[in-house]
Amino acid sequence: MGGRTRTVATTASAFALLVLLWELVKLVVPDDGVVVGGVRILPRTDDASMPHVSTVIAKLGQPEVAGAADARTVGAAVAQSALYTLGLALGGLVLGGVLGVVLALVMLRFRLAERAMLPYIVASQTVPLIAIAPLVAGWGGKIAIMGWAWQPWASVMVIASYLAFFPIAVGALRGLAGPSRASVELFTSLAAGWWTTLRRLRLPAAVPAIIPAVRLAAAAAVVGAIVAEISTGTRGGIGRLIIEYAQTATGDPSQLYAAILGAAVLGLVAAGLVSLVDLALWRYRGAIG
Amino acid sequence: MSGLASEKSARSAVELTGVDKRFGDVHALAEIELTLDDGEFVSLIGPSGCGKSTLLRVVADLEQPTEGTVRVGGKPARQARLDQDYGIAFQQSGLLEWRTVAENVELPLHVHGVGKAERRARAAELLELVGLADFAGSRPGQLSGGMQQRVAIARALAPQPKLLLMDEPFGALDEMTRERMQAELLRIARESGAAVLFVTHSIPEAVVLSDRVVVMTPRPGRITEIVTGRRPGRADLEPDDVEDVRETAAFFTAVTAVREALRKGHG
Amino acid sequence: MTGPSLATAAPRRGGGVLAPVALGVLVLVVWHVVVVAFAVPAFLLPTPLAIAQQFVAQFPVILSTSAVTGGNALVGLVAGFLIGLVLAVLAASSRLIAELTTPVVLAASAIPIVALAPVFTIMFGSTTEIARQLVVTVVVIVPVFVSSARGLRAVAPVHGDLMTSLAATPWQRARFVRLPGAVPYVLTGLRLAAPAAVIASVVAEYFGGLQNGLGSRITSAAANTAYARAWAFVVASIVLGLLFHLGGTLVERLVTRGRPA
Repeated sequence: MGGRTRTVATTASAFALLVLLWELVKLVVPDDGVVVGGVRILPRTDDASMPHVSTVIAKLGQPEVAGAADARTVGAAVAQSALYTLGLALGGLVLGGVLGVVLALVMLRFRLAERAMLPYIVASQTVPLIAIAPLVAGWGGKIAIMGWAWQPWASVMVIASYLAFFPIAVGALRGLAGPSRASVELFTSLAAGWWTTLRRLRLPAAVPAIIPAVRLAAAAAVVGAIVAEISTGTRGGIGRLIIEYAQTATGDPSQLYAAILGAAVLGLVAAGLVSLVDLALWRYRGAIG
Repeated sequence: MSGLASEKSARSAVELTGVDKRFGDVHALAEIELTLDDGEFVSLIGPSGCGKSTLLRVVADLEQPTEGTVRVGGKPARQARLDQDYGIAFQQSGLLEWRTVAENVELPLHVHGVGKAERRARAAELLELVGLADFAGSRPGQLSGGMQQRVAIARALAPQPKLLLMDEPFGALDEMTRERMQAELLRIARESGAAVLFVTHSIPEAVVLSDRVVVMTPRPGRITEIVTGRRPGRADLEPDDVEDVRETAAFFTAVTAVREALRKGHG
Repeated sequence: MTGPSLATAAPRRGGGVLAPVALGVLVLVVWHVVVVAFAVPAFLLPTPLAIAQQFVAQFPVILSTSAVTGGNALVGLVAGFLIGLVLAVLAASSRLIAELTTPVVLAASAIPIVALAPVFTIMFGSTTEIARQLVVTVVVIVPVFVSSARGLRAVAPVHGDLMTSLAATPWQRARFVRLPGAVPYVLTGLRLAAPAAVIASVVAEYFGGLQNGLGSRITSAAANTAYARAWAFVVASIVLGLLFHLGGTLVERLVTRGRPA
């Protein structure tokens, strides 16, 4: 137990140190920052640029629109928006994840498919796919699938799923193809078909490889959802909220900082959910090939 | 009398007195008494887990004994290590793959601040000695297992130690290479005049290389018996050639003696 | 699984250029035919030919905007690499530092770092590229730190024993074994970080600020319903990402040649 307490203590201290560092920079660096050759290499540290950590925390309890009686608090606005975005990101993660696993299975079954598609899938992880976000956003309000008009939030989920799809396809293939020849031959000798081998050998063995891929995909889905919300102007999400607050941020940016804090927490929650799934699958953690 | 005895121990390459080693509940070594003279070649042999590698590591000061004393060249083991009085060759050659063969041999000298020209010269000399002069610029990855072990031996000899410690260095090699390496090692040991403490699994190997073979029991490791080896080139043993030694009656007798001692230790 | 080359998704079977190239050509042809035959509107998907035409027509602009986006990515890559490496060395030398930095880096790998772009813009001004370069720097620090820290930890027991037998000081251990041994891992971190730098650079442009990079061109072209042109800029950003990936791979191969995997 001593080890775990130590980990909690050091984690808490690490973040406390970051807060201290923030305040230290505010204290030491001049209000207007340091400009060298027309480029500001040290930031502005006045309250209008770098609010105190306490100011940002306090802002969470204040109403969004000053003076309005029934306006929700900043904290509530941030939390609601973050949850909305989380929903879209998770939706995209699940959608992209399922498609990714399906594709991995296809590539597993048909070598030709693997040879043809894998280079593209691997390459896609090195390029900014998110660049197409504004273009997917353009679908909003212009197309209809079977009578259902394309909503902006659908673009967000599509983009998130697109970004989650690729790492999961790669990770799933690596995991499913992982078991050693000897293990596969064991199953063959037991007259197990392709599907049985899949269920009993490959899928459990793939868990240690898929989980890190899902973690990566979750982070990508979150970023994708936020950026997509900005490109599509989807109301209700935290991406849109950040842009809104950024526009009203001159003079008092603590609201903006609060929203960004919310986005950070969103990312951590998504990662935490993946870790919970990882814990639930503890049996398959140390699967041997 | 005692003056003569202490004079002798001051000359010993290695002296172990009452050495005992425990790792928590595991009793690895018990009541070890052993002395190696200068230039002597001694093998440690025993079943797996008998502590022979632990004993070697204790001499190297990579482990410290729970009880007892270890003296190397008359000094405490720790001092001998700090003074670089011994060279060690491990089971895996432990070569650094980002250095060339020559640079690997130079490593002990490099670590101790010997100048580049002197290092180069010494490495060249040693590679000549182990027969790998042509591979000075190669990378370890390009060499076979046997060749890598030869480099490791050359490296161990770099600081001109009076004692060589070897932990089953030929364990991973096939029989033919192994026999060749044994002949090489004997030649090298003779030319450098170093004492050798050699850990092995193989009875014939122990007998052919050593002046004395130390047989150990299973855990906790104790010394059962010390059998005279058949090391070629010794004045009182004939013939000189390693190959011929393996075919003498005396060799077979010694091998049988070691086998008996191992069986006795097991019982 | 081996350390440094873990991330290269080398297929366990397969290889060869014919199949992917054939697939690529097939997709392009089908794409073109479908768009023309079904009169697919441009806002959904332009033809590959139209995109190629726009790419050629916009080439000078593509070059200048790629230089800006690529430049930011490069600055952030170098800065992030150096900082990440220094942090990893510090973490390797002190358990306390390691325990403090690990949760921060772990958190950083989960949170959407590009969301910090507006914050940096306020702090550093919206008239320079510093804010975006800072975003890229933070994004790059994560893989570089993780890889390098792993490399610095990975000392083979036999090498550890070797250094003990040579009575080496901690600094000598670092100089002769740990640092050279960590080089492949550090370069893997660089290889992983390079394309991530481009991605971060492009995405950071979506959060406002100067409008002189690839990302801003994509948004403005889309806003002006010049879809083929927007796609041309998307292609340019893909090419930029691939170039950085190739660069990172090349550096890794060059420095670790001669070593076994």
